[in-house]
Amino acid sequence: MNFAISARGLARHFGKVIAVAGIDLDVPRAQIYGFLGPNGSGKSTTIRMLCGLLVPTRGTVTVLGHEVPRDAEVLRRKLGYMTQRFSLWEDLTVEENLEFMGRVYGIERGLRRERIRDRVANYDLAVIRGQRAGTLSGGERQRLALAAATLHDPELLLLDEPTSAVDPQSRRDFWENLFALVAAGTTILVSTHYMDEAERCHRLAILDRGRIAAEGEPKILARDIDAAVIEIECGDLVAARRSLGAVPAIRSVAQLGNRLRVLVPRDARDPERELRAALAPHCPEARVERVGASLEDVFVAATRLRSSPESQERAA
Amino acid sequence: MSWFARLFAIAAKEIRQLSRDRITVGLIVGIPTIQLLLFGYAINYDVRGVATAVLDQARTSLSRRLVGDLRATQVLGNLRQAGSERELRELMQRGEANVGIVIAPDLERRIAEGDRAAMQILVDGSQPALENVAEGLGSIPLLRRAGAQAPHRPVEIIVAYNPAKRTAVQIVPALCGVILTMTMVIFTASAIVRERERGNLELLITTPVTVGQLMAGKLLPYVAIGLIQTTLILALGYWLFDVPVAGRLFDLYLGALLFIAASLSLGLFISTLAQTQFQAMQMAIVTMLPSILMSGFMFPFEGMPKVAQWIAQLLPLTHFNEIIRGIVLRGAALTDMRPELAKLTVFLAVMLTLSIKRFHKRLD
Repeated sequence: MNFAISARGLARHFGKVIAVAGIDLDVPRAQIYGFLGPNGSGKSTTIRMLCGLLVPTRGTVTVLGHEVPRDAEVLRRKLGYMTQRFSLWEDLTVEENLEFMGRVYGIERGLRRERIRDRVANYDLAVIRGQRAGTLSGGERQRLALAAATLHDPELLLLDEPTSAVDPQSRRDFWENLFALVAAGTTILVSTHYMDEAERCHRLAILDRGRIAAEGEPKILARDIDAAVIEIECGDLVAARRSLGAVPAIRSVAQLGNRLRVLVPRDARDPERELRAALAPHCPEARVERVGASLEDVFVAATRLRSSPESQERAA
Repeated sequence: MSWFARLFAIAAKEIRQLSRDRITVGLIVGIPTIQLLLFGYAINYDVRGVATAVLDQARTSLSRRLVGDLRATQVLGNLRQAGSERELRELMQRGEANVGIVIAPDLERRIAEGDRAAMQILVDGSQPALENVAEGLGSIPLLRRAGAQAPHRPVEIIVAYNPAKRTAVQIVPALCGVILTMTMVIFTASAIVRERERGNLELLITTPVTVGQLMAGKLLPYVAIGLIQTTLILALGYWLFDVPVAGRLFDLYLGALLFIAASLSLGLFISTLAQTQFQAMQMAIVTMLPSILMSGFMFPFEGMPKVAQWIAQLLPLTHFNEIIRGIVLRGAALTDMRPELAKLTVFLAVMLTLSIKRFHKRLD
């Protein structure tokens, strides 16, 4: 299969800090591929290596058939990049920003006008077209940045945490726009630390400390999670939590409202009974039931459980 | 108590932040040191070693002794013999000599008769502080040696190119260079660093824009601004201070263009070093101090120690001052200024090369 992005053993060090510790990546075309990971997991560094802004310490990358960073210049015409921070010109208006980016990408005047008209209509920029970018709201900036990044009809769009400063409704609209682009054949790589966004991706790589901890379709990842998820409902959650501390099999406990969500190893035999037994002295009325895994469970199982010394201690 | 606690919290935070900005810490020490060294060692009203052209029309033992006496004052240096009055004028026009000494053919008789000046000292009035030099030379009692009684006016002093000895005539052209240095260096340095600070640059370098397009595009508007400033200064100088342009306007603009380019390239280089606008600003000031003090704008270049003169050679303003004084005041042509033009060109080439080498379309 012809992938939009292929990376092998990609690594980047900053002095002694290892930001990306050797990852293999295959991003299919015309899909949304997500990078899910906490801050500092290497999402931005990887994206910057993919567009040639950073030179890898080790490893190889091919993006749209071009070797990076060697052919970064050729690639730049086919690539749209939205930085984590709003990086258009705050003292230019919406329209001036689009006009400038169109010229920088060398789009002919007639086509440029047509594209700007199209983006202004599609991304709901008509009302604010004369407004300076510095005065826009988070959601408006996002739409402008996406319009600017897609002005040259890029084959690949790299979005680095595009919705960090955006309200939920704007985020929904933003994703609608992304799906429209994918339908037109664009490949999109998006980094995020929001679970709901990660769930929308066709495929997902969960990054943790510079490594890919899990990779695949969100649904499959949830199905194949390397843990069983158990929910506990009881009156005294503080006491319940204390009681669960004595159960060695438990790998993670998280509170959701008045429920506890507990991860135990997938191969544990009848974990419900073990938990009920542990809870009996303090919360005899506790309801314990096995539930389906969410993406957050996958994320927790893949990142926190694998390598943190604390969890290894608990697992041991 | 808590009132002071909050105050100290703010002061302590300020000091902590300052101490983390290494360039600023360096400049806290650097700026006073540079200033003190410049003012203490380099700036000197006692002019020495002024380039001089001598036209000895008498060619007697007395005239040779006179020249020897003048040389012995150490005020004059680098004495060159001119074959004719025209050659002497040309040497001064090109700025190769700042003082001209003309000894009359009938030196002995003039001294004996004492009613006409036996010697003329021409001073380049476009340079600061040189008239004082001439006054000093004129009052040296060298002619007593000739044996005769002192004549009334043994030495005639002529201030060339600025006969009325007006300060404005010296200041206006020189100020043109100073103002251009200020705006060109600071504007470009901060214009590029601002885009880095705001994150615009990260976006720009992922587009197909080349480093050359990016740099030239950023500089071009400032070239125009520089030419507008030049025009403004010269126009105001003409109308308000009555400073005419003796040379060709075309030559003047061509010279200004080269100087503007050199200053912009310096600003560009600073922008590749600075991380913040604040740092860029400070670095620009560090280059401006020696430019203003050592370029011969305020203080005579000839009075400075050798080391200071070498440093001054590295500053574009030093060479532009020569060019603009030559063209505006002495009516020189641009072709008379070849050494200065060459030095400015070298400066421009070196700065551009360094900047392009330091500026990558990458973040690392």
